Order: sequence, then structure tokens, then C-alpha cells
Amino acid sequence: MIQINQLTKTFGQLKVLNDLTLEIPDGQATGIVGPNGAGKTTFIKTLLGLVKPDSGDITISGIHLNGNYDYRRNIGYMPQQARYPEQMIVSDLLDFIEDLRGEEAIYKQNLINEFNLQPELHKQLRVLSGGNKQKVGATLGMMFNPRILFFDEPTAGLDPRSSFIFKERIQKENNAGKTVLITSHIMSELEQLVDHVIFILEGDIKYYGRIDKLLKENRQERLEGAIAKLMEEPIQ
Amino acid sequence: MMRVYWQILRNEFKTLLRAKWVLGYGLIFLLLTDTLFRFAGGGTEVWVSVSNIMLLLIPIISLIYGLLYIYQSRDYLELLLTQPVNRSTLFWGLYTGISAPLTVAFIVGSALPLVWHGGLTEGTASQLFLVLTLGSVLTFIFVGLGFVMGLWFYDDKIKGFGFSIIIWLFMAIIYDGLIMVVIFLFGDYPLETGIIAVTMLNPLDLARILILMEFDISSLMGYTGAVFNQFFGTSLGTIASLAMLSLWLVIPSWMGLRVFKKKDF
Repeated sequence: MIQINQLTKTFGQLKVLNDLTLEIPDGQATGIVGPNGAGKTTFIKTLLGLVKPDSGDITISGIHLNGNYDYRRNIGYMPQQARYPEQMIVSDLLDFIEDLRGEEAIYKQNLINEFNLQPELHKQLRVLSGGNKQKVGATLGMMFNPRILFFDEPTAGLDPRSSFIFKERIQKENNAGKTVLITSHIMSELEQLVDHVIFILEGDIKYYGRIDKLLKENRQERLEGAIAKLMEEPIQ
Repeated sequence: MMRVYWQILRNEFKTLLRAKWVLGYGLIFLLLTDTLFRFAGGGTEVWVSVSNIMLLLIPIISLIYGLLYIYQSRDYLELLLTQPVNRSTLFWGLYTGISAPLTVAFIVGSALPLVWHGGLTEGTASQLFLVLTLGSVLTFIFVGLGFVMGLWFYDDKIKGFGFSIIIWLFMAIIYDGLIMVVIFLFGDYPLETGIIAVTMLNPLDLARILILMEFDISSLMGYTGAVFNQFFGTSLGTIASLAMLSLWLVIPSWMGLRVFKKKDF
């Protein structure tokens, strides 16, 4: 369970997160949507401890985030773009993170096979294509089998086949009871992957709930239409 | 905690060595010392020259490298920060992981020619030790300053580079110029004690003076040299300069740590 209470973050003059309060139960698949600069990435980064909130508190699986770091053992994160040390070899990077955590990556080989990364393993990261770097990022995020998974625009650089494999994998993880949080601009993708959606606009939560309910309320067939409609509403 | 630290340190070493340019950096010092041995014939002259080049090269290279490292590793830092590791441990791992290979390259590069040139006599052993120690300390100080600049101006690289160059220019050139101006303007007053205090505030000046003292070049500086010798030659002077150098070691890394711990990545 992720509990967020009155979370506020400003960058200079800009209020990126405005007094957010919400709860994400275990095992729920949630999409985070909103226009560029709405605070989606900041929201995820705050949960990860990369960004320090101005006020408010966050509790993840019963652990209160307050300079605490061990809770991250339960979280897998795949960033928007993944640029790693260029000279590093893929397998070295995976091994290094394993050593760093002092933990066996039980899904490592499995993910390498699934994403077809085997031929890339002994290459330096700088020669990898954008899509393959994404796959390395996804492997790093999931290989320790964490209970909570954060994906920031995961399929942005993936070809259709990899994207398909990736989405299947997320569904599998979610079916296994993992909590999944995805930001994306591709609404059709979210419809496939998640059943709940958080719509953030200028740091405020405009909607948080089930997708089917949102569709019904706005009399829309597709998520895209419903979100577009929400965005048209004047901001109170 | 220690395990995490060693893992990061080891990884930085590996990555840096693979980047090869650190080897090139060491090679510069190797060629330098080797050439000096061939032309100056060993002894004090070699180490005076090495120290001159070192005072010029080490600060700017360490500073820019520390800065570049932060700028180039943003996503990598993010990856590390999302692992269950402590920010302080991570900072020390990265900071020492960058500074130590540079230091090793400098030490090995400068000292290796001794193997085939011999030339380590009782007289030059302490000179060599001083030059190598100061070079190492300066590496850590300036990598630390580079880290601070990179973290401070995380999203504004132009400012980061600009201020770093200014810091270097100030410490390496302008500072001495200002001291000269002061001496020139107020030469009629007994300034020596004040000048000693002021030079100790700049790590490059401090290093330069320690080298001057060690190599006995201070006698060339007339009265000022004598005053310097009187201070830095005593145990009080040694302790004071060591204390100042340690302070210089601590301040940039402490500032870097503070910024790193509070920073939004």
C-alpha cells in the first residue's frame, strides 16, 4: 500500500505537486496521465526519494519515507530515458547493481531471454540502440522481483514487438499481485495495462479512480476522449 | 554500508580505467618525469619542474573532470539513487571513486620513471614525497570543487563551466595577482604576516609555498622568502599549513555531500 498525505513540492515559483493525498492499494495497476509538465515524473520521483517533498508524507508498505532508503528494495523503477555509463558493458552493469544490492537478481536471465538481450550482453552501452537501452532499463527495474513497479513512459522508444513483449510482462507482473504504476501519453496502452488512472493537472489530482467509471461519467468509449474532456474543463 | 561503498568505488575504478583517458593522464606525467630525468639528469631539478606542471595541470583537470562527471552521469546517478543505498555512502563512493584513480594515475605516472632512472637519493626522497602528496591532495580538493559546481548548477551547464573556470583562474592566477597588487601598493608597511595568512587561504598558493620551502628556493625571494621560511620552516608553520590543507580537503567534499543529500534528482 502506498499512502500519500498532503504532498507538496515546488520548484522555484512553480508548484509541481499541490497538496496531493491519495492511497494506492497493493496489487493495483494504476496509470498516471496528464499533460507535459503536469508533475507525473516528479510524483514518481518523490515516491522513489529522488525528489524531496517540501511537505507532506509518504508511506510505502508501512515504511514512512523519511531519509529512509531500504524501502527501495521493494521498488523497481524504469526511467523515461536510460543513459548509463557509456563505456560500461551491459552484463557488467547488471552484475554491478546485483553486487550493490547484495541480492541475487532472480529474474535476470528470464528477462534477458524475454527481451532478447543475450546478443547485447557483452556490448558497451554506448553502442546499444535506444530501444535496447530501454530494455536494459526494464531488466534493471524488474530483475529483483520487487513488489512495486514504477514505469515512466516505458514504451516510448520500443519497437512494436518489444513493446508487445513488455506489455505482456507488465500484465503478468500485475496478475502476480504486483503494484504497478505507469506514466504514459499513450492512452490505448494504458487501457490495456491498468484499471485505475490518476489524472494530474498542474500539480492537482483531477481524477483518481477506475477507468470504466471515468468513461461512464464522461460518456466516452475510450480513455483518450475522457481525458481530453477532463482537460477541457475549467480549472477551479 | 562499507560493502556498498566498496562496490561503488570498485565500479568507478573499472569504468575509469576502461575509459583509457585516465591512462593518458598518467602517461603525461610519465613522459614529463622521464623527459626531465633525461634532460635535467635527475635530482631536485626534476621534482621542481614536475611540481610546476602539477600545480598547473592537476587543479584544472580535476575540477573539469569532477564537473563533467556529474553532468555525464545524471541518469546513472538516478539509477543508483533508486537502489536501496544511502545517499552519503553513494556520495563518498563516487567522490573517492573519481579522485582516487586520478591520484593513482598521477602518482604512478610521476614516480614510475624512477624505476629505470634510479635517482631516488636521500635528498630527493622527501621532495618526491611532498610533490606526490600535494598532487594527491589537490586532486581530491579540485574534484570535490567540481562536484560542488556540478551539483549546484545541475541544470545549467554553462554556468557550471563558467564558474569552474573562474574558480580555477582565481586560485591559479588572479589571487596571486591581487597579492602582488597589495604588496605593490602597501609595500612600505610590514605585510609579511598578513601575506602568510592570505596565502594559506588558497590551496594552490599553499602548495606552491610548501614546495618553495622544501626546495629551498625561498632564499631567492630575499626578505619575503626569509619571513616565509621563518614561519613555514617552523613546526608551527608545518602544523598550520597541514591544518589548512586538511581543511581544504574537507570543505569541498563536505559542501558536495550537503548539496548531494538535499538535491532533487
